Amino acid sequence: MTQEIKDRIALPPVNAQKTNMTCHFCIVGCGYNTYKWPVGKEGGRKADQNALGVDFTRQAGALQLSMSPSMTNTIKDKDGQSYNIMIVPDKECVVNSGLSSTRGGALASLMYSDTGPGNDRLKYPRFFAGDDWMDTDWKQAMDIYAGVTKRILDKDGPDQIMFNLFDHGGAGGGFENTWGTGKYIFSGLQTKMVRIHNRPAYNSECHATRDMGIGELNNSYEDSEVADTIMFIGMNAYETQSNYFLNHALPNLQGNTKDKRKKWFPKESIEDTRFILVDPRRSPTLAICEQTAKDRVLHLQINPGTDTALFNGLLTYVVEKGWHKKEFIAQHTSGFDAALKANKMSLAECSKITGVSEADLKKAAEWAYQPKASGHATRTAHMYEKGIIWGNDNYKIQSALVDLVLATQNVGRRGTGVCRLGGHQEGYARPPYPGPRPAPYVDQEIIKGNGKMLTVWACNSFQTTLNAQRYRAEVFRRSNIVRDALAQAGGGLDTQKIIDVIYDAVSNKGGLFITTVDLYPTKFARAGHMMMPAAHPGEMNLTSMNGERRMRLSEKFMDPPGIAKADCLIAADMANTLKALYKSEGNAEMANRFDGLDWKTEEDAFNDGFRKPEGIDSQGGGTGDLVTYDRLKVMGNNGVQLPVKEFKDGKLIGTEMNYMDYKFSTKDGKAHFLPATWTGLPEAVEKQRSKYKFWINNGRANHVWQTGYHDQRHSFRTERYPMAPIEINPDDAKALGIESGDIVEVFNDYGSTNAMAYLEPDIKSGHSFMVFGYFNGSVGDVVTDWTDQNVLPYYKGTWADIRKVTSMADYKKTISFKSRRYS
Amino acid sequence: MSKMSRRNFLKGSSVAAAIPLMGSAGNALAKNNSDGNTGATLNYPETTVGNANQLPVNQAVSFTYPDSDSPCVAIRMGEEVPGGVGPDKDIVAYSILCNHMGCPLDYAPDTRTFKCPCHFSIFDSEKAGQMVTGQATENLPRILLSYDKDSGAIQAIGVDGLIYGRQANVL
Repeated sequence: MTQEIKDRIALPPVNAQKTNMTCHFCIVGCGYNTYKWPVGKEGGRKADQNALGVDFTRQAGALQLSMSPSMTNTIKDKDGQSYNIMIVPDKECVVNSGLSSTRGGALASLMYSDTGPGNDRLKYPRFFAGDDWMDTDWKQAMDIYAGVTKRILDKDGPDQIMFNLFDHGGAGGGFENTWGTGKYIFSGLQTKMVRIHNRPAYNSECHATRDMGIGELNNSYEDSEVADTIMFIGMNAYETQSNYFLNHALPNLQGNTKDKRKKWFPKESIEDTRFILVDPRRSPTLAICEQTAKDRVLHLQINPGTDTALFNGLLTYVVEKGWHKKEFIAQHTSGFDAALKANKMSLAECSKITGVSEADLKKAAEWAYQPKASGHATRTAHMYEKGIIWGNDNYKIQSALVDLVLATQNVGRRGTGVCRLGGHQEGYARPPYPGPRPAPYVDQEIIKGNGKMLTVWACNSFQTTLNAQRYRAEVFRRSNIVRDALAQAGGGLDTQKIIDVIYDAVSNKGGLFITTVDLYPTKFARAGHMMMPAAHPGEMNLTSMNGERRMRLSEKFMDPPGIAKADCLIAADMANTLKALYKSEGNAEMANRFDGLDWKTEEDAFNDGFRKPEGIDSQGGGTGDLVTYDRLKVMGNNGVQLPVKEFKDGKLIGTEMNYMDYKFSTKDGKAHFLPATWTGLPEAVEKQRSKYKFWINNGRANHVWQTGYHDQRHSFRTERYPMAPIEINPDDAKALGIESGDIVEVFNDYGSTNAMAYLEPDIKSGHSFMVFGYFNGSVGDVVTDWTDQNVLPYYKGTWADIRKVTSMADYKKTISFKSRRYS
Repeated sequence: MSKMSRRNFLKGSSVAAAIPLMGSAGNALAKNNSDGNTGATLNYPETTVGNANQLPVNQAVSFTYPDSDSPCVAIRMGEEVPGGVGPDKDIVAYSILCNHMGCPLDYAPDTRTFKCPCHFSIFDSEKAGQMVTGQATENLPRILLSYDKDSGAIQAIGVDGLIYGRQANVL
């Protein structure tokens, strides 16, 4: 154990290696610079002695830099040499302009070192032999894994081979890795029994908007700087897209972008910007907005699950007032009349359902849709996230929202757009999914006893699914059948015998053979039989795109631990092992299915997928061939916004905003309105609502990224949230004898979980808010199994009771329970 | 607010500024000090912050530490808190340059938190500077204090955490 020194850091020397890094985590994808240099070769304090060019002989001024101990680390490469690294935000990156978030700011400290927070990274494949985990090499791991796969594929068909699979960018994703896994699974195995990392089927979180002809990422962050009004729906950007909010949206509310607005739109009246936030919760983002300009911030605090009614009421009112764009609707859309009829709702009815006063509904309509004093259409951007995506009927809410946006022509004009704000970065390039729509509800199939093997790839659905307790119980029960079989088989088994034992357990005894591919031994791996060690950005070259379709290359600067490797190369290993097995028995047809993954590097995977877009589903569109690693390196942390238009004068030229020509992503080029009649809460949800006292709203807190796969190893996070916090109204808590720091149980018909009580006056009585996807206390345990027509969960919609379990003195002593709302 | 309470500050920042700076321009981690100290600890000055018997409750008392370019405050919380010193173990002190990007923090006596007006980070003065929410990657740097029982003197003797805008806390 090395001594921890917290009051100074090593500076990169002027000649330190400098590479590009897009933050691994949220969709915003802030640009960072990675510096690496041999230990002992530190730079000096004078400005000309360090690579940052900062004079550290004196105190730096406010906002001059962002540099903290978490932005540094000491790593060791395979050559045995130790290096210091520093990963600091890039001032030249237009995404974050030198800002760091609490998540991205910790990138360096989360890179592997043998004394750092991530020191339990998987270094070797591990196999659960007998009754314990044992390290093994790739050869044995692949022989067993591919051997079981082949046996099942040959005897039972591809539907018995199931996957829980990432589909995103950033760490655990990226164009290389989505392609590698997609080619192996969809072209090779041809199974449709795949579910995505955070939901129980292979579907889109944005089917409706896509069906209507509008891709969900259609503007630039810059559009939030020049909008007249921004309607934020079901989002909490300060905590979940922090530097989008701080660097682009908030400056507009603050008036700091007024000159830009005047410059961009010289003929239009430019008034002070207004924000409308649609959210049943008073979020930390709302508090900051109100603190900034209370009279220009409108909070539509709708009743949970009533978004569709809100948008329908607004659409009806806007059309009554004549503020809809008749010419645009006539020329560039279809289905307006039918949608208007289906969605029709009076303001009185809308107010009754949503709980928002008619006056506020009118104010929202005026702020967002009334023509400006100059007669021009108001430029209103509609930015949404999980409140809609995990809301009451994803497909319907999104339809209702995009109907309103289309009717008011708030797409394809700068300062507008109807976009998700996003969770992960994006980075999708895969062969077409071989299954139907709606896709199979894979988690239910597992619960029902179907599927013989399950590979859980860069995700952890124990923490990120609905009806999770039931799911987890079934997975463990079925996994234990395989574990017992292996234990009882005794020693001396060669690979073929091991495969025999596993196959017998899964085909005759109801077992499920489980492999996890991940950075760490995850919670899901506790039910597993094999772990495969993967790499993340920095240890491999990786491309992704952010929420404004900005593609960057994160460059490799260090080796992964042990023999861990990129996911795309693991997929290639699986495919190549199967190919060899089929070849050896003379089955050319099957061998050919696993052809074309003979890659040596992740760049090979990139060139094979993203750069050959014909016939595949790629977020790069049809011009992916214009992009190369070398060209992306030149573009640095600003990258290029997809789709790429051309390569000119040594630079990639991208697309800032989609649909400016009003040619939408449909066969006829027109945007399609979709009917979205308000029908209330789903029956399964209504049943919980009528039975239990608390609405269990849930989502993210800014300390935590995703499942906390790094964070649960990082004391700065775990000392803040050792257990998933649940915000409760103080009066509700008092009635139940609950104080902040108590451990409470949250329970309903579906299951129960524990959480750490956090009293918060901004939470309405009868509401609560629990951190989603946490490793200690998982809200998915009480979420109903209801989904929309495309098998999208309603994570945000469950009701449960809360009771005090015990009082945790240590939590009360060490953890702050002060309001997270800035006031 | 930090700026309002200077009148309660017994020895004042001018005294702190007069303390000779003991560390200087080395750049390697373990050889930071020009006086030949190669230990793991920087040579922090000892600076009198105030007297425990006279510090008002819940008022931020300004001082600078370890040199005049590093504004800090000491607060007597009125009840024992983690890291607190003094007869009631209730006196704490922090750097008030936000360790995210250096904006001066405001002390809010009503919530007993430090708030950053630039990027809205909040730190809890009663929980060892824990970041309640915000964009920093560490808790707020704490000024380590000593307490002399006989005289009641509270002295700053070190820093736990890296002060914003520095390679090392001692310039």
